[in-house]
Amino acid sequence: MNKPIDFGTPLKHSDTHISLEIDGQEISVPKGTSVMRAAMMAGITVPKLCATDSLEPFGSCRLCLVEIEGRRGYPASCTTPVDEGMKVHTQTPKLADIRRGTMELYISDHPLDCLTCAANGDCELQDMTGAVGLREVRYGYDGENHLKSEKDTSNPYFSFDPAKCIVCSRCVRACEETQGTFALTIQGRGFDSKVASGIEKFIDSECVSCGACVQACPTATLMEKTVIQHGVPEHSVTTTCAYCGVGCSFDAEMKGEEVIRMVPNKDGGANHGHSCVKGRFSWGYATHKDRITTPMIRKSIKDPWQEVSWEEAINYAASEITRIKKQYGTDAIGAITSSRCTNEEVYVVQKLVRAVFGSNNVDTCARVCHSPTGYGLKQTLGESAGTQTFDSVMHSDVIIVIGANPTDGHPVFASQMKRRLREGAKLIVADPRGIDLVSSPHVKADYHLKLRPGTNVALISALAHVIVTEGLVNERFVKERCEWDSFEMWRDFVARPENSPEALADDLGIAPETLRAAARLYATGGNAAIYYGLGVTEHSQGSTTVMGIANLAMATGNIGREGVGVNPLRGQNNVQGSCDMGSMPHEFPGYRHVADDATRALFEAAWGRPLSKEPGLRIPNMLDMAGEGSFKALYCNGEDIAQSDPNTQHVTHALESMECVIVQDLFLNETAMYAHVFFPGASFLEKNGTFTNAERRISPVRRVMTPKNGHEDWEITAMLSNALGYPMPYKHASEIMGEIAALTPTFRGVSFEKLDKLGSIQWPCNEEHPTGTPIMHIDEFVRGKGKFFITQYVPTTERVTQKYPLILTTGRILTQYNVGAQTRRTDNVAWHPEDRIEIHPHDAEDRGIKDGDWVGIASRAGETVLRATISERVQPGVVYTTFHHPESGANVITTDNSDWATNCPEYKVTAVQVNRVSQPSEWQREYQAFSKEQKVFAGKLPNSAQVE
Amino acid sequence: MNIERLIVMANQIGDFFESYPDVELAKKSIAAHIKNFWALKMRQQLVTHVLEKQGSGLHAMVTEAVREHQATLA
Repeated sequence: MNKPIDFGTPLKHSDTHISLEIDGQEISVPKGTSVMRAAMMAGITVPKLCATDSLEPFGSCRLCLVEIEGRRGYPASCTTPVDEGMKVHTQTPKLADIRRGTMELYISDHPLDCLTCAANGDCELQDMTGAVGLREVRYGYDGENHLKSEKDTSNPYFSFDPAKCIVCSRCVRACEETQGTFALTIQGRGFDSKVASGIEKFIDSECVSCGACVQACPTATLMEKTVIQHGVPEHSVTTTCAYCGVGCSFDAEMKGEEVIRMVPNKDGGANHGHSCVKGRFSWGYATHKDRITTPMIRKSIKDPWQEVSWEEAINYAASEITRIKKQYGTDAIGAITSSRCTNEEVYVVQKLVRAVFGSNNVDTCARVCHSPTGYGLKQTLGESAGTQTFDSVMHSDVIIVIGANPTDGHPVFASQMKRRLREGAKLIVADPRGIDLVSSPHVKADYHLKLRPGTNVALISALAHVIVTEGLVNERFVKERCEWDSFEMWRDFVARPENSPEALADDLGIAPETLRAAARLYATGGNAAIYYGLGVTEHSQGSTTVMGIANLAMATGNIGREGVGVNPLRGQNNVQGSCDMGSMPHEFPGYRHVADDATRALFEAAWGRPLSKEPGLRIPNMLDMAGEGSFKALYCNGEDIAQSDPNTQHVTHALESMECVIVQDLFLNETAMYAHVFFPGASFLEKNGTFTNAERRISPVRRVMTPKNGHEDWEITAMLSNALGYPMPYKHASEIMGEIAALTPTFRGVSFEKLDKLGSIQWPCNEEHPTGTPIMHIDEFVRGKGKFFITQYVPTTERVTQKYPLILTTGRILTQYNVGAQTRRTDNVAWHPEDRIEIHPHDAEDRGIKDGDWVGIASRAGETVLRATISERVQPGVVYTTFHHPESGANVITTDNSDWATNCPEYKVTAVQVNRVSQPSEWQREYQAFSKEQKVFAGKLPNSAQVE
Repeated sequence: MNIERLIVMANQIGDFFESYPDVELAKKSIAAHIKNFWALKMRQQLVTHVLEKQGSGLHAMVTEAVREHQATLA
């Protein structure tokens, strides 16, 4: 297996080049490059142990010493920058002696078990021993040593064997520089020096299991348990992670069809060789015993499932769709595309709905997360996507994070952001809760705007008020780039006294002087970028806040170059792509409205079918109409609306009311328990295609193993389409991308061949931008002139009362992902085995609640029971929970309230009461019984389980 | 679809555009939003509600917008 070249020290960028001679070879490199890297660039390998090109040089191992003409001694090549005219010698008899002597010392305190060591053949210590020609250890092995040090196997994914540690500090530096967690340190001095995770065991430490230390370790000290168990991999395939919207590139390192480990690709455009616990280690769900690999059908959800052939399942589904369409009409049928599936798979599902079902009743999970982003940014800037690259943050001077928790939700990007913060960028966090970024090692927010849930628009208006009334508007930018009339309207609106920080202080719960200072910093602190997440969008005024954010960026001229911009941190791996691909019921691929005659004619000509010009139903519309009896069939592709969507009782009633629910998924998820047809899906490891991340980066997904269900997901949709009389004769996912490119201007230049060549491409990619567009809106906005919108604060109708005196807000945690269908089926449950409710000590004391108590959480929608965690992360009057475990019933409590423009649910604001209880809620008891029955029906539990 | 639900949705749209200083533009924007994002049957229900129930429960500006842009909406 070819390993990527390690240049020893990081790449340096400079317009100035330095010429030098290394071992007689002339080379010119950017100023600031180390001698070690320059040598590697010339094809000359310098022995090293403590250096690796993902980390700044450290100069501790003393192996990379060189001789430089005119200089005394033997400088370390890793810490010595190149100089004009320098003459370097990397191999001399003296250097050979020194290196051999150094290696001799290392090996004198290292177990000589190479043949049985997990790193055999993949060990830098072994390589260096050979490179320096060490043949004997004169000191013997009987002296004091570390060989009996106890191994720490507490982390589920990797082990730490201090006996093999050479104390090179690469792991400690990776934890600091790459990850930014500072969980590791070198404890003790001299011979007693050892790597420590603060307290005794890794599992109990601050370690976030990102794998950076394992990646950096040159020996078998930190080693993946899968490698220990199965041996070193023999080939690798570059693909893209299927977790969050960062879209990390990974090398799936394989033995035959078995994944041995996922290693972050250092050429990955989004992650540059870094990873988080999910992408790096939590892929075991793909082969979990819960996977269903045989299609199943049944007449009623009260019936046991019947395993059938693909042909029978497809024909049954097609016959039901045909029957329902004939009986109830085209409006009674719809589909939900998957934000976890590939662009190509999403494309064929929306094509099926539009060309075969005969309507635009297609929607996607973005409905419940970032649909306000799509709407708000399209209205203001002209394109439904973020404006920057992730790398752009390295040019930011001021960073605002609103309603996002990057260290948990987008951890690899968070590490990059933290690096920039450690370099001195200022940070403003606007969040009701004390997220990690507010205060963590070497990162402290300059301002934490601890606003009350539901007051985002008031916050944005107050910030705008300060910028406008204190003369901080970049009028030159606005005049040149924006619609002046809309600016004037907005300016006059935000300047009103009722939008001042003082007037809104009571609503926000933020001291006016703090808010004013934050606004001044954003407007005057240099390059200022706004990053936001679901804490912005999942509100009744989610779209208004997104537009307000765009207003701020335009007013201050913070858009159209590196370091600035409007940056939605999108949740799922391909939620950007699923929207790009026409998953919204009012848009064709490329965000073109279905009523646009020219666009519709284009698709009609390509697909050979008449297409509807009317917007279709959104997910909440479908569910409302299903509950009322007029929506009858749903093709739900890789989403779990029974767990993820708000007001669970409303969702399950709608599902129960339908005559045909088709679920395509890896597992018998919560929605599948209400299904009549189950199409087993393929994991990301079993398919070809592309994902598009939050920075519009289209990355290749490549098949590394045969689909366990027999088919990639697009093939299943194509089979269903074929059975419905509309052939989809694609032979490979690349052909689907070909069709997308032919019909979508922003994708016109995209192809699998180009992706293989470039690694990834940020759309728009077309004749004008053949290699993609990292930064958008540089010279002009996509819509021409930027448009300002008035953002009137309208308080949510979900208000606290005497009966429901607390506000519940929901969020995510690092080790679990979305509804947990994947991560709950990995060892990540070691960190998050249950959802808990965080409650402030004052609120807990008022209710006699102690940490760990079972508490009932009741809202106007329903009631559930969770265990309490008492925490000052939440402010008094606010409680917080996650929704990763279905039995928690977090969405039993959330309501039908939604965003005015997009119907994105208001997950972030629910009025609740919390009290100590002694038993599960009625919903939970019913859920347990129903869930058990459905598992018996699917053969996942024995019949006897039902009567327990 | 339940008209009460549609009224809530329409009123939220009205709340957003209410702050526009140009009332005619606000009404036009309300109608355009509903036209662009609501399914035909939902729009027809809303128009019927305005015509037959005088927009009972609806934001006054939404009622006017629907009445004035009825031909576009349904």
